[in-house]
Amino acid sequence: MERSALDSVYQELILRHYRNPKHRGELEQPDVVIPMRNPVCGDDILLQLQVRDGRIEDIRFSGHGCAISQAAASMMSEKALGRTFEEVHPLAARFREMIHGDEAAARDRALGDLRALAGVARLPRRVKCAMLAWDALDEAEKKLERNHAEENGEV
Amino acid sequence: MSTASIASPTATPLDAERIRADFPILEQTVNGKPLVYLDNAASTQKPRQVLDAMDVYYRRDNANVHRGVHELSNRATEAYLAGREATCRLFGIEDSGELILTRGTTEGINLVAYAWGLENLRPGDEVLLSVLEHHSNLVPWQIIAQRTGAKLRFLDIDEQGRLELSALDTLLTERTKMVSLAHVSNALGTVNPITRIAEAAHAVGALVLVDGAQSAPHLPVDVPGLGADFYAFSGHKMCAPTGIGGLWGRRDLLEAMPPFHGGGDMIEWVDLERSTYAMLPHKFEAGTPNVAGAVGLGAAAEYLRGIGRDAILAHERHLLAYCIERLGEIPDLDILGPRDLEERSGVVSFTLADIHPHDLATILDGEGVAIRAGHHCTQPLMKRLGVGATARASFYLYNTVDEVDKLVDALHRARTLFGY
Repeated sequence: MERSALDSVYQELILRHYRNPKHRGELEQPDVVIPMRNPVCGDDILLQLQVRDGRIEDIRFSGHGCAISQAAASMMSEKALGRTFEEVHPLAARFREMIHGDEAAARDRALGDLRALAGVARLPRRVKCAMLAWDALDEAEKKLERNHAEENGEV
Repeated sequence: MSTASIASPTATPLDAERIRADFPILEQTVNGKPLVYLDNAASTQKPRQVLDAMDVYYRRDNANVHRGVHELSNRATEAYLAGREATCRLFGIEDSGELILTRGTTEGINLVAYAWGLENLRPGDEVLLSVLEHHSNLVPWQIIAQRTGAKLRFLDIDEQGRLELSALDTLLTERTKMVSLAHVSNALGTVNPITRIAEAAHAVGALVLVDGAQSAPHLPVDVPGLGADFYAFSGHKMCAPTGIGGLWGRRDLLEAMPPFHGGGDMIEWVDLERSTYAMLPHKFEAGTPNVAGAVGLGAAAEYLRGIGRDAILAHERHLLAYCIERLGEIPDLDILGPRDLEERSGVVSFTLADIHPHDLATILDGEGVAIRAGHHCTQPLMKRLGVGATARASFYLYNTVDEVDKLVDALHRARTLFGY
């Protein structure tokens, strides 16, 4: 990893999200709450969503983490808010590809600000930091589906 | 532990440059910068003397031990025994039957927890640990406590990360059967007064197990002279390979304990229904042992003995004092652990402003500086200290003052990157 890789990760946009994260906090009446831990470093995230008809109407996250995980969570929350899970899926998939080193994904304009995290692909021990909030979002969708299935007596 | 002959902290008796020539791995650059390896509390590098001994073993002598009558098996057996003997010489162990070769500290602690604990602990008995223990000295006891009904009790620490020894009198009772403590904290570097604690533990009839993972490499420990009953250590933290370590135990205790693992090499005679067990230390060394590891451990022990452990300690104290002084120049940098350098080993745990330790470690890596960041496998300690994680630099005999300067420069760069 050269200096430029570091500079590209620890750039102003990331640090701005780290210091002033969007949607940090907790919801009063969340529909789904997902705690998730990064076993590598012990960092954690608590993701809370309000969801109506598959659309994410409100989102908050709390917990402890590094600049990469906090910025990733903050940026994820901006992308997810107001969208349906269906609408978020392609973005999440593209982001995952970028973090795992897909160079075409790193140039994909659809990712917008999320491209600021492209340098993480060159920091293999930090991939989980960037993915933690997205993994939590994924888990939230699965939990809502399970809850829905239970309510309908399908389990 | 004998620390009488420590040189003044302003002088270092080691020629670090000459020592560095023994460690080929240190000659490389990382991310375009000379490697500055300051993660020695996690694992240490290996000198040529260790690498060569293992290479010769595999190229010339390799075979299984103890059973063959052919030439190579004889050589392998001799090499294995010689590795144990050399390790005993380093640690002042006169009866080599008291040194069981293990995979490392974790296996040594598990050996005592299972073989001694399952046999001896009863409901209501207590095992005394401390809040600064590594997970490897917590989890085995949690498992054994659940199985036996024994209770775990914990020594607390003060704000400098030192054990609250004033609580010993109330924590040690006739119910206390085992006291298991780190000699040196891997996260903070605190050196615990084991001899004093062992005296108090023995006074109530408890046994004492010492997690020596962080003291065996750095302090001139006379293991049987420490006053404990068991002492576990790892080879890879003292210039030897991974996958080898040792457990020293008092002969009478080891003889009274049932085996930990069953298998070949640990038996005297086997019938279908029952077996008799081999003499110490073989009773606790089931299966084909890590012969090459033992060869490496012996070579590492000879290497460290040749340099002198008092000299290594003095060198690390010198680096520690210099490092703490230089880190003091960095604004918003907080150092954890004892302020009195006599109470700590060559480990410096710190936090820097609001920069997460993992970000620090990544930025330092970009400057070629390898440190550890995280919870250091001491999650309860981090919780007790009210920090999520720390950055940790840790020294060994091959580190230099110049490398401390490079660490400090890299930390200044991290501050700049984070807009300070």
